[in-house]
Amino acid sequence: MSNKLIDLQNISKSYGSNIILDEMNLYIRENEFLTLLGPSGCGKTTTLRIIGGFETPDKGQVIFDKKDISKLPPNKRQLNTVFQKYALFTHMTIAENIAFGLKIKNKSKTYIDDKIKYALKLVNLDGFDHRMPDSLSGGQQQRIAIARAIVNEPKVLLLDEPLGALDLKLRQDMQYELIRLKNELGITFIYVTHDQEEALTMSDTIVVMNQGYIQQIGTPEDIYNEPENAFVADFIGDSNIISSTMVRDELVDILGAKFTCVDTGFGENKPVDVVIRPEDVELTAPEAGTIQGVVTHIIFKGVHYEMEVTANGFEWLVHSTKMYEVGTKVGIYIDPFNIQIMHKPVSEDEEAVSIDE
Amino acid sequence: MMKTTLQKIYIALIFVFLYAPIATLMVLSFNASKTRAKWGGFTLKWYSALFKNDAILQALYTTLLIAFLSAFIATIIGTVAAIAINSMKKKNRAFFMGVTNIPMVNAEIVTGISLMLLFISVGIRFGFLTVLLAHITFNIPYVILSVLPRLKQLNPSTYEAALDLGATHTTAFFKVVFPDILPGVLSGFLMAFTMSLDDFIITHFTKGPGLDTLSTKIYTEVKKGIKPEMYSLSTLIFVSVLILLVLVNRTPKGQKDVSSC
Amino acid sequence: MNRKWMSTPYLVWSIAFIIIPLCMVFYYGFTDKTGAFTLANIIAITMEEHMKALWLSMLLSFISTIICILLAYPLALILCNLSVNQNSFLVLIFILPMWMNFLLRTLAWQTLLEKTGVINSILTSLHLPPLTIINTPYAIILGMVYNFLPFMVLPIYNSLSKIDPNVVNAARDLGANSIQTFFKVIFPLSLPGVISGITMVFVPALTTFVISNLLGGSKILLIGNVIEQEFTQTNNWNLGSGLSIVLMIFIIISIIISTITDKDGEGSSL
Repeated sequence: MSNKLIDLQNISKSYGSNIILDEMNLYIRENEFLTLLGPSGCGKTTTLRIIGGFETPDKGQVIFDKKDISKLPPNKRQLNTVFQKYALFTHMTIAENIAFGLKIKNKSKTYIDDKIKYALKLVNLDGFDHRMPDSLSGGQQQRIAIARAIVNEPKVLLLDEPLGALDLKLRQDMQYELIRLKNELGITFIYVTHDQEEALTMSDTIVVMNQGYIQQIGTPEDIYNEPENAFVADFIGDSNIISSTMVRDELVDILGAKFTCVDTGFGENKPVDVVIRPEDVELTAPEAGTIQGVVTHIIFKGVHYEMEVTANGFEWLVHSTKMYEVGTKVGIYIDPFNIQIMHKPVSEDEEAVSIDE
Repeated sequence: MMKTTLQKIYIALIFVFLYAPIATLMVLSFNASKTRAKWGGFTLKWYSALFKNDAILQALYTTLLIAFLSAFIATIIGTVAAIAINSMKKKNRAFFMGVTNIPMVNAEIVTGISLMLLFISVGIRFGFLTVLLAHITFNIPYVILSVLPRLKQLNPSTYEAALDLGATHTTAFFKVVFPDILPGVLSGFLMAFTMSLDDFIITHFTKGPGLDTLSTKIYTEVKKGIKPEMYSLSTLIFVSVLILLVLVNRTPKGQKDVSSC
Repeated sequence: MNRKWMSTPYLVWSIAFIIIPLCMVFYYGFTDKTGAFTLANIIAITMEEHMKALWLSMLLSFISTIICILLAYPLALILCNLSVNQNSFLVLIFILPMWMNFLLRTLAWQTLLEKTGVINSILTSLHLPPLTIINTPYAIILGMVYNFLPFMVLPIYNSLSKIDPNVVNAARDLGANSIQTFFKVIFPLSLPGVISGITMVFVPALTTFVISNLLGGSKILLIGNVIEQEFTQTNNWNLGSGLSIVLMIFIIISIIISTITDKDGEGSSL
């Protein structure tokens, strides 16, 4: 997991006046499971298509294994793609679908037959050789699409929202399946999704994108626990994002109350955004909290209760395993380690946008 | 770049091929010489002659009336049939689609002959009615085939939602289902109208001696020479439809949105 | 809810004006003038003049169909790639020309093709030998291609535009170059369109009597001309019906052939 296998340098792409990607820089290391995550229109699919060779960037280079492949057509690139909605060849049997790439490369018949057998076994669909794609379920078609790609032994597998068309249960099963496949194959996966849970479950690295810009790159833990801006915080899970003032190092003024935190280097009396995850808001007896509020809503969610607490004019989202009746006066306490301070967005581009998905 | 230029040239050539005869006819409508073979200078006299030529105007009237009536009746029968077919089980549906396809795949000459034999044995006098019946018959499939896809796209829940909200079946149909399939109904009507207008073969076998549409009139004139008024009439019809189409396409369209991700 | 009654008007209509008329053709075809059963009208196809007309019809419509495929396929392919406004293209190629009467449009080719016509003037000015194809079978082929080309373009265009662009991308992704992608993926997937185009061109071309009448002079008789004459001139409906039945047999055979070819390429979709 060391050297850069793919290096995107200053990639820009626009359709007419519509800027999809703006000066993007990103590298992908060997054997990494990297996920491009963001709402629709953020540029994640375009990035993937540029790597796959289905779009040419207006500006910038795609470096693959130290060679510039920006101008190379897709059939000359050492990577394969698993497409949205599978894109199987409906006029061919499953075996013919899987053999497609190998036949193009004039591999011997025994080699191809072995590969088909191996790939079908790998995706748990032995014996499907002579079926037609139309006769398979969505999940099965997805596995065939993966099998068809990996028999070509690509160095990198690109996956474009491969689980988008499957139902929840199947999607979860396939997530584990994909992790297993990646470990067995030992190749790089670049995965595109708008589903934050998928990204958190499978990735080594998550790249959060919005409106053509990379918002944050990091491990799932980094992204979840230390979002760099309000967009990331809002897109990854529920959170309380509160406009606040950094009084000095390790002290922040949230809604008129002083909270101790652990962040330094934001200056004195500077406006910041504060992110607090709902499970990090601790409800106490009124006098024990830093600020006081009233429970206004409560919903039972199975693992925990989801509550809304109005305190100092803000509606706090709280997850707790303890139940408080609506109307109960409570105190709010937050562990200094759980207060995440973020710079206010500098440019409009970085501003959090509402997410419809 | 090179490739797209070649492609555009190819499209242009095909359009020249398809439109050359039309351009020729338009030019002929301004030809002072009465024969097609040579150019005798520019004139508008055929246009004024057209409006004094009762035979041609009568044929035009008959053509338009039959086209309108047959398209209108075919649209009603076809739309109702399409709704019925759409809610049928596989077997009945296959039967109806099979019947619908007969006039589409069968040779026009056979359809014309078969209707002619029918009218003879029933003893209807050949004329307006027989042509109208024949045109309705070959128009219905066009309506069905253009309404059915719309019906298939329809979300059945919207109809049920209307019923659930207290609408009667009739209200639910006209307020919810009909607006959704309307584009299909309209394009079916237009298709039927155009087909009826352009038909010659079936009219030829079902019209009888007294009646003439533009097509049959032209056909009888072929041997003795087409009257130049016919060219000016065709030019007028063609140009007005062209203008109409341009106007319809001029209506502002939403900005083309490019979606990624 | 019961929508069954809604099919009744159409059912009655199609029995009265589609099915019964076809039965009448069969009745007339299998009887003589006295109403007695006979096969003579069917067997009449073997008479030399009828065989000649049928053979010529098949030959000309076969050639026209091939030319239509060769012209239409690239056109459909280009139009799919060029992202032009689909609707206005379809209107331009199909609907708009129909508002100029089809007989007149076909006749206009006479003017274009005549010895001193437009095309020959252009050819002479380019120092090319003039064409003398009017009143020959070549003119009939031209007329067929001209009239039926749109019916080949539309189904091919439809089937091409239905292909998921990602399927084409997938082929490229798996290493196929553009030629391999075309022959292994695009063409097989568009085959249903080609097949339905073939029936939509071959059947009307095989049975036409108008185009041969207008562009072939009066000497060239196609099977359509023979049948038309039996009905409008000789008034031998029995013979005309008998020959029509033979014609229908050919139509049915050609449709069956196309469905079988279709199954080979397409599996069982649609």
